[in-house]
Amino acid sequence: MIEFLFDYETLRVIWWILLGVLLIGFAATDGFDMGVGALLPFVAKTDAERRVAINTIGPVWEGNQVWFILGGGAIFAAWPALYAMSFSGFYLAMFLVLLALIMRPVGFKYRSKRPDPAWRTRWDWALFVGGAVPALIFGVAVGNTLQGVPFHFTPDLRPIYEGSLFGLLNPLALYCGLVSLAMLVTHGAAWLTFKAEGTVADRARAVGARSAIVTSALFAGGGVLVWLGLLGGYRVTSPIVWDGPSNPLVKTVVADGGAWLANFHAHPLLWIVPALGIAAPLLAAAGFQARLEGWTFIASKVGVVTIIATVGLAMFPILLPSSSNPGHSLAVFDASSSRATLRNMLIATVIFMPLILAYTAWVYSVLWGKVGEKSIEKAGSSAY
Amino acid sequence: MSDFLLVDLSRLQFALTALYHFLFVPLTLGLSILIAMMETVYVMTRRTIWRDMTKFWGVLFGINFALGVATGITMEFQFGMNWAYYSHYVGDVFGAPLAIEGLMAFFLEATFVGLFFFGWDRLSPRAHMIVTWLMALGTNFSALWILIANGWMQNPVGSAFNPDTMRMEVTDFMAVIFNPVAQAKFVHTVSAGYVCAATFVLGVSAWYLLRGRHVELAKRSFVIASAFGVASALSVIVLGDESGYALTDNQKMKLAAIEAMWETEPAPASFTAFGIPSHSDRQTHFAIHIPWVMGIIGTRSFDRQIAGIDELVAHAEARIRNGIVAYDALEKIKADRGDTAARAVFDASSKDLGYALLLKRYLPDPRQASEQQIKDAAWSTVPYVPLLFFGFRLMVACGFTLLALFAVSLWHTTRETEAPRWLFRAALIAMPLPWIAIEVGWFVAEFGRQPWIIDGVLPTFLATSELGVSDLLLTIAGFTLVYGVLAVIEVRLMLAAIRKGPEVAKVIDDLRPSADPAMQPAE
Repeated sequence: MIEFLFDYETLRVIWWILLGVLLIGFAATDGFDMGVGALLPFVAKTDAERRVAINTIGPVWEGNQVWFILGGGAIFAAWPALYAMSFSGFYLAMFLVLLALIMRPVGFKYRSKRPDPAWRTRWDWALFVGGAVPALIFGVAVGNTLQGVPFHFTPDLRPIYEGSLFGLLNPLALYCGLVSLAMLVTHGAAWLTFKAEGTVADRARAVGARSAIVTSALFAGGGVLVWLGLLGGYRVTSPIVWDGPSNPLVKTVVADGGAWLANFHAHPLLWIVPALGIAAPLLAAAGFQARLEGWTFIASKVGVVTIIATVGLAMFPILLPSSSNPGHSLAVFDASSSRATLRNMLIATVIFMPLILAYTAWVYSVLWGKVGEKSIEKAGSSAY
Repeated sequence: MSDFLLVDLSRLQFALTALYHFLFVPLTLGLSILIAMMETVYVMTRRTIWRDMTKFWGVLFGINFALGVATGITMEFQFGMNWAYYSHYVGDVFGAPLAIEGLMAFFLEATFVGLFFFGWDRLSPRAHMIVTWLMALGTNFSALWILIANGWMQNPVGSAFNPDTMRMEVTDFMAVIFNPVAQAKFVHTVSAGYVCAATFVLGVSAWYLLRGRHVELAKRSFVIASAFGVASALSVIVLGDESGYALTDNQKMKLAAIEAMWETEPAPASFTAFGIPSHSDRQTHFAIHIPWVMGIIGTRSFDRQIAGIDELVAHAEARIRNGIVAYDALEKIKADRGDTAARAVFDASSKDLGYALLLKRYLPDPRQASEQQIKDAAWSTVPYVPLLFFGFRLMVACGFTLLALFAVSLWHTTRETEAPRWLFRAALIAMPLPWIAIEVGWFVAEFGRQPWIIDGVLPTFLATSELGVSDLLLTIAGFTLVYGVLAVIEVRLMLAAIRKGPEVAKVIDDLRPSADPAMQPAE
């Protein structure tokens, strides 16, 4: 009955979906933590306000960040060639992301350990960097992925990246970085209006109402860039062998400006996803205005999910196109791990993911309620 | 093909970031369990002193935990960033335990650590205790899965090279999980973490007792730490990871190098208590031998031999010659995927493919290797003996010293009279020992694996990413700078919290509202 789940081709598609689930899980949860970090200097001016903003995410950001760590581990396990090529290729960009992310655990924990205002201001900036820099660079990485990255494999399948850090920071990729920054700032603002009290929530509401509109406009603009063929487009031209060995050297791929729209043309129902990517942030903007905090957060979350899903659907079955040797591009059918590993990992995911969702939901329910200056005072030294 | 400066810098960066990460992890492993034990006593007895202890050690746990998490982020991505060929070559096997570590351990640990700190007044004592245990369980699960991954690097079971995908693929995942090397390493490593935490709690408590401060808290902590310490130190030593050493040629090589055993001795072999091994002379000067001990420890028998370095090098040479056959067959398969004759040859010899790759240090095509190059490659399987010899002895000396300290402490806590002050001073002085033992132990385990990144499968010098030396210099400098600054901050906060004592963690009902600095506005 469930044997078909363990076909190599089914497993590959399932793991493509799970890759999306992980990236979306990361953006939808840790995304608001990064948004709060990026907003920290702007929505909270005094120490008491900043503690309100920080303590809305204080107990949960750590669990949220595991989506990112698990993303790394799961890409390693399920898409080893992608893990090898992308992280070595984006080496210095990844280094910057790591340095920024390292600031968060220590920033959250150490900031409240000393009353000295200079000490606290320094950690506020560390938390700002820890939120804003990854939010920007992840978008830049997506922009480069859409455009294609210069790399090839040797006959031994040794990955060779041919570009540089400055090649990654091209204008179109930076544009995608802005989309992701605006999206996560909106998401952070939605979280703050939902979770914080007083001035912090008011300022977040004002920022969010604007950044949501910016997100929608920038995302729609990205669609125009794709339509114009400026944001890449690659098409597999050889017959696809869905259950063949994972060797990215045996297919042919061509660069084709319109190719990222091909899946939508072939399956018009898919247009719902990018349409929601444009509409959901607008709904969030209206929600900010109407003070419907819960709905705003949900709309913002739908926006995050559909914007990221749009990228995946546009590129399927390609994962990481090579601009210099398109044939060496990594695709769902030739960059996965073995059937046995995909199956073992699927079993582990089916066992653990429901548990994770259940206890995470329980923790959020225990922590339910607004965070304000009073509740922080009440929590004493256990608050950040 | 391989820039050796790049390889050395990649290794240096990995060693720096892993050793640094591992300054914080062992304390997390052990302290989480100790805290959970203290809280359990609180829930059972409802005596608030135990809750205060839980909270106080919890604050120190939190300061340490933050840096463990921060530096752990680097580790998860560094394989792909710096070891791209490794990631491609073994991701099918090595990636899975890392991913399961995330699913099974990191989520548990990270989700409940937030509630541990923020849940005191939102949860019943019993529910909070369960949260603490789940957090401790999460940290310890994470050690299990990372050591299953590491155990596979030491003893690559349950996998085979696939010529169609040019990488190692899993053939028996259960064998990877129940790899005896991994299981032994797990017990050894978490026990070492418990020893580390026990020493930490013992030392800080001793400092309070010397000064007569927080005596109630310190006395109880001292008792629980010494009992936990005795059990953990015995576990580290008795169930140490030596049980895996007899399994493979390379594990045997590591054992022989640690013991500087150049020649195979008649069983049971003697133990070299001291000596000065010379790597270039291939012998140990001024050796003091203790008859029989090594053979009995290493083989748990009187009649089985322990292979010496010379014998293992001869094995390696034979495997290199067979590996060249595998390499040749693989090249034929690459040229013609349908060559069934070449596939048959490859299947018969592929276990030694990695040995042929050792020759790539000297020339691009192992099939062209000269006799001398084959002999050199065989000798390159010997890790640098003197460092392993002395490193191992340093680790063992630290372990036995700590066992003695815990035993004496425990003996004194069972007596009516006050423990003597010299014991407290000894506990204070001993505080760095577990960290020394742990870092040196990591070094012995991983340096002892050289020249392999995966034992017998892939040499380290082939495994890196094709990065520029300047990239590596930049990131090494960056990590060193950031990690250095954070280390200073961490130690200062730790010392300040210890100096302040348990009131650093007191809840509002004891302390509100004046003394908490957090109440004051920034401006």
